[in-house]
Amino acid sequence: MNSRSGVVVINGLLVGLAAIALFPLLWMVSVSFMPAGTASALPPPLWPAVPTLANYRELFARDGMGRYFFNSAAIATAITLGSLLLNVMAGYAFSKLEFTGREQLFKLLFGALVIPAQVAMMPLFLLLKHLGMVNTYGGVIVPGLAGIFGIYLVRQYARSIPDELLEAARVDGAGELLIFTRIVVPLLKPIVITLALFTFLGSWNDFMWPLIVLTGQDLQTLPVALASLSREHVQDPELMMAGSVVTILPVLALFLALQRHYIDGLLLGSVKG
Amino acid sequence: MNARLAAWGFVAPAVVVITVFFLLPVAGALVLSFTDFDLYALADMRNLRFVGLANYLHLLATPLFWQALGNTLYFVLVGVPLSIGVSLGAALLLNSRLARASAFFRTALFAPVVTTLVAVATIWQYLFHTRYGLLNYTLGMVHVSPVDWLGDPHWAMPTIILFAIWKNFGYNMVILMAGLQAIPRELYEAARIDGASSFRQFIHVGLPMLGPTLSLVSILTMAGYFQLFAEPYVMTQGGPQQSTLSVLYFMYNEGFKWWNLGAASAVAFLLFGLIFLCTGALLRLTRVHGAT
Repeated sequence: MNSRSGVVVINGLLVGLAAIALFPLLWMVSVSFMPAGTASALPPPLWPAVPTLANYRELFARDGMGRYFFNSAAIATAITLGSLLLNVMAGYAFSKLEFTGREQLFKLLFGALVIPAQVAMMPLFLLLKHLGMVNTYGGVIVPGLAGIFGIYLVRQYARSIPDELLEAARVDGAGELLIFTRIVVPLLKPIVITLALFTFLGSWNDFMWPLIVLTGQDLQTLPVALASLSREHVQDPELMMAGSVVTILPVLALFLALQRHYIDGLLLGSVKG
Repeated sequence: MNARLAAWGFVAPAVVVITVFFLLPVAGALVLSFTDFDLYALADMRNLRFVGLANYLHLLATPLFWQALGNTLYFVLVGVPLSIGVSLGAALLLNSRLARASAFFRTALFAPVVTTLVAVATIWQYLFHTRYGLLNYTLGMVHVSPVDWLGDPHWAMPTIILFAIWKNFGYNMVILMAGLQAIPRELYEAARIDGASSFRQFIHVGLPMLGPTLSLVSILTMAGYFQLFAEPYVMTQGGPQQSTLSVLYFMYNEGFKWWNLGAASAVAFLLFGLIFLCTGALLRLTRVHGAT
């Protein structure tokens, strides 16, 4: 195969793959602007004949989409901020501060990564019920406030901080808290952004736990609300696609804006050290 | 001494959260799986009894559990190799020196990974609609009669597998690309000077060097695919004829629909055990293979 036909074949395949990856998303956007009932026709239309915002208006006015959006944003933001603080502190301590049992404790946590989260769900539900946190924001937020993977990621990254830098600050009489906020956090900034992105996307997209713990309709997140809407509105692709756009757009935009951080973190997390 | 105290102060909040809301519940689930915890116990704990292994034995005698297990294994055994195959193919294409605009293509192929599963599953439901779906319409143009993708027990799981591959392949693609880039160019050069074709260069040089990455990717993907839940929950509700009911879906119904939390915990531990065994087996297999 000469290199000219090679270029055509390889780029042709890439165009084909990209088309498959993107087509459903583009189709979703297009159908979301179609008047109700016009997408279910033969031949299936690719483009709205008369674009309309009616589906979005109905979602927000009648189906409470604004509330679900707020719920998702509030829960994902709270989990992101809280877990960032806890995971960064712990990850830093596991890599840079000496304390008895450090390696054993980390090994224990790291080993627990093999346990699927669902194993904990039944007792966790009973615990939260006992604490009066079923069907509250807290019921979704609190279990997500720290994560083993996040700690691992920060620990890997924090190894690159030179010990001499921390020692010099200690000799100058700086306290551990000051060292953390003034020296460590600025140096960890790249991994903090990555972890924030991972956590926000993860909590925004999370489905099973919010489905279980948010038993009422008022506090439901977008994925949970979308799943129940889709059972109710099976015959309304236009409305459902508008709902999907509202759900996907924020995370997709966030990813596109910060994708370098996302990919870097993904690679850091998958190369075991 | 002060520094040690500070260290504990840094670690403690995260460790407390993980212990109280994850590790203790996991231990609790093991205990719960030996009880008959149900709706009556939920109302009044005095109705709770220890039943030993009864939940496990009962599950192993439940045909629906076996069906859920069979469906999940189908999803894993077919889905994981296909998904990794697509990821590897895409990584090789993107990594080729002949590829143009590879940054754009990488972003485009990765985009489905960050999308919300429930939302994209809804899109696929409509694209795979028997009557109005674009897929059947396109197939109709080449005279293939309409397939009831999500309504036919033989097609529902393959359709969900296709969906899962579309949604996930970008993730492993990025990891495999990094693995490919870590292979020194000189190794390929040497093979090329010896007259090996690009295909043979990959089989004899690229693939063995990629071994550890592939092994890692397979293990992580397999563990993830065993946790199938949202796809059937949204697209098929476990049907038709329970053909897409997964182990986790079974657990969800048992625990949070019928409130048999004891039995659901037993399901969770059986699944965990299975994932653990398969991970161990795969790890052994790839190590043995890597050594020869």
